[in-house]
Parts: sequence; C-alpha cells; structure tokens
Amino acid sequence: MEMNYVIDTFFAIFAMTLIIFMVPGFAMLEAGLVRTKNVTSVLTVNVMIYAVASMSFMLIGYEYAFGSWDHQEGISKWAFFMFQMAFVGKVVNIMSGGVSERSRILPLAIFTIIVGAFIYPTIVNLTWGANFLSGTALDISALSDLAGSTVIHSTGGWALLAAILIMGPRRGRFKNGKVRVIPASNIPLVTLGALLLWIGWFGFNGGSVGAISSKENADAVALTIMNTNTAGLSGAIVGWLLTYFRYKKFDITMILNGALGGLVAVTAGPDQYDIYTPILIGAIGGALVVLFVPIFDKLKMDDPVGALSVHLINGIWGTLAVGIFVADVSIWTQLKGILVVGLIVFPLSWITIYAINKIFVLRAEDEEQLEGIDATECGIEAYPEFKRSI
Amino acid sequence: MKKIEAIIKPFKLDDVKEALVEAGIEGMTISEVKGYGRQQGHSELYRGAEYVVEFIPKVKIEIVVSNDEYANKVIEAITQAAKTGKIGDGKIFVSDVSRSIRIRTDEEDEEAL
Repeated sequence: MEMNYVIDTFFAIFAMTLIIFMVPGFAMLEAGLVRTKNVTSVLTVNVMIYAVASMSFMLIGYEYAFGSWDHQEGISKWAFFMFQMAFVGKVVNIMSGGVSERSRILPLAIFTIIVGAFIYPTIVNLTWGANFLSGTALDISALSDLAGSTVIHSTGGWALLAAILIMGPRRGRFKNGKVRVIPASNIPLVTLGALLLWIGWFGFNGGSVGAISSKENADAVALTIMNTNTAGLSGAIVGWLLTYFRYKKFDITMILNGALGGLVAVTAGPDQYDIYTPILIGAIGGALVVLFVPIFDKLKMDDPVGALSVHLINGIWGTLAVGIFVADVSIWTQLKGILVVGLIVFPLSWITIYAINKIFVLRAEDEEQLEGIDATECGIEAYPEFKRSI
Repeated sequence: MKKIEAIIKPFKLDDVKEALVEAGIEGMTISEVKGYGRQQGHSELYRGAEYVVEFIPKVKIEIVVSNDEYANKVIEAITQAAKTGKIGDGKIFVSDVSRSIRIRTDEEDEEAL
C-alpha cells in the first residue's frame, strides 16, 4: 500500500518535470517565431508567466479549484499540487504567444495573476475539481477531458481570442486590406521549442492518468503516452503533406504547428482510444491547423504563433473527438462542456483584458512596436551584434 | 585616379577576386548590399501566405586605380569573371577620384594606392 503511494507520487513528480519542459518549449517556439527586436521581451514574458501564474495558483487558485489541499489520497498532496501547478502557466502561454510583439509586460503580468488565481481555477473547479455548479444546469463535471483539450487548451484559446479582438494586429501586419507577411526570425529555435513541447506532452497526458502503480494503471499510462505520440506524428505528416500539396513547399513552421495541433486534439481522451484512432484524430488536428492559419489571416486576426488554430480550434475538435470515437461518451456532454467553458472564459477574459488595456495599456503603441519591445520594455536586445529587421 | 564600383552576384565574389589579383590589383573593399533592378525580387511562402523578397543580396566591390589603363583591366577582369549571362549579373560604375591619402604614412594620391 505504501509502495503504491511512493510510486504514484514519484510518477506525478516525474510527469510534472516533463511538463515543465514546456516552459522552455513555449519560450523557444515564441522566441523563434517573432522578429529579433522582440525576442528578449518574449522570453521575459515566458519566465514571468511561469513565476507569476504558478505563484497565483499556489496562493489562491489551487484551493479555489479543488476545495482544499487534502482532497487527494493516493499520492502526496504536495506532488499532486506540483502536477496541477505545472498546467496553469500553459493557459497564459497560449494567450501571450498569440499577442506577442505587441503587448507590454506589466499589464500582461496583471492578466497572468487573474488567470492563475481565478479564471483557470474556475474551469478546473467545474471540471476536475470541487464543482460549485454541481447539480445546476451548467454542471459540466461529466465532460470527458483527460488532460485538458478544453480545460487548458481551449481556455487559453478563448482568452487569446478575446485579447486579439481587443488589441488588434501588430503594426503593419495588414496593409491596405492585404496580409503583410512577417517571417520568423529563427527557425532552429522554433523547431527546438516545438519538439520540447512534444516531449512535455508525455507528462501532460501520461501524468493525467493519475497513477501508475498497478498493472492496469501502468497499461493506461503507457497507452496514453503512445496515443499522444501517435497523434503528434500524424499531425506532423498531414501538416507536411497539406502544405506541400497546397503550396508546393515544405513549411517547417506549419509542420510543427500541425504536430502540436494533433497533440492538442488527442489530449482529451488518449487513455480511451485504441492505438489507431489517434492517427485520424491527429491527422484532422494537423489539417485544421493548415486550414485555419490562413483563415485567421483573412479575418485580420493577427496570431504570430498560430495559437488560435493549434489550441482553440483543436481543443474544441479534440473534445468532440472523445464523443465521436468513445462509445460511452456522449457528444452532447462534450459539446455542453465546450460551450460552458467558452461562455465563462471568453467574457471573463474579454472584460479583464479590456479593463487592463484601458487602465494600464496592454497594447504597445505603434512607435514602441517599431522600435521593438526589447528596446522599449527590456533595454536588452537579444542579438545586439546583428542587424535588426525593420 | 578612377574608382570602379562593381555590383555582382555574391557567389561570384571568389572568381572576381581571383581575376583581379591576376590582373595585378592589390587591394579592394567589398560590402554586402541589397538591391533590385530588372531581376526584381522573388516570392517566398510563410505559413500559407506568399510574400515578395524585393531586395536581393549582392556584393559591391570598390577599387581605386591610378589611370584608365588599369581601370580597363579591372573592368575586363570583373566582367569576365562575374558574367553568367543570366539576368541579375550586376553593373559596373566608373568615376573620377580627386584625392586619396594613406593614413599610416600620409602619402597622397597615386603613392597612396
């Protein structure tokens, strides 16, 4: 009995450590996708998010989400906290990445506190936690979402959607109604970041099974990790094929986004699929990314890292997929979960970001964007010895 | 004194340098530049959106020589070495230079070359 406790605690800490690999993952992915004049600020934001979101969750959000620190029996409560804490920064990362190159750091930190202490814990409360809407019409605790296609990825995606609508595009992104391309500054960093995220996903999904110390649990964890990986593989392959057939070119940023789309899509139910279903789920996830990135461009919604397509669109698709492919999960339960989370997170984020933007001015002025956020906010350029792009 | 400015394709730099050394030229200044003429730019693709790279990388070579005879030798060496026959091979400009000074020795004009 005690041995199970030790092993499961160890497993939670190990999974948490893998998830923390996603902190450098997001940081490198975003640092590579933005222009050289905004690299330091993006990295500063990523470190800020890890520190501020985790601290907010520890001091306020965690108890609000789960009701108390002593709700978990099978493993050490500290390990359970650490595992849950590893997720919270990801929600803000999804939002901050999509509005990078045009956000000021301090206002973003205020939003990070509110997400870590309140918005994200509200969603966890309703789905995995204490559930203060239990028994009401809005009860979504039946939602089948193992590691957070909806709870984490869509939540971050809804917050990002609100942020993009309020903040508008980067200066010069759309000129005379046409899309002006702002290419990535460092493809090796993009690749490193995306692959670190991929590794982190094994802990993200595998750890969400919750225990590994029995034969059944060990099988469930292994199947979960295998299915997670499979969806990433098929997302990458479809991203690769689709960009090639559509544009006659291999776009590594889209291939990697395709892989991430597949990973987000499988996250809701990797423990419940056979080993072939994730191929289809990930393939559709990768395809959605390739389709939606240009659609958001057309809608003049400027998302430098493709986070809306990867996290919001695929968070929704992945949650629906459990209802489609798993016999005893109703697609209506899934749909209700998606809608309730959207109807809570989007307005809450919209009001919060709108207020922060009014009071503290979240969006950097055009002049500051021209200069680069590195110079105006950080005073440290990432590559001082190289020429800066315009 | 004449100054010869040549704008050439970057990958031709080694050939041109060798030809100039063979023609007896002892020094030159080069810089990496960008520009476009009849070659125009080319389009690239990023995340499903096409964009035009309007300014193409080129190398600019600057050489100052003492007289027309040397200038002609330089021009011949560069045109031969840098020619591919395709659009974008570049241009050569020749102009008069009124003075030159070697900083180390204060030598002037032809002595300084």
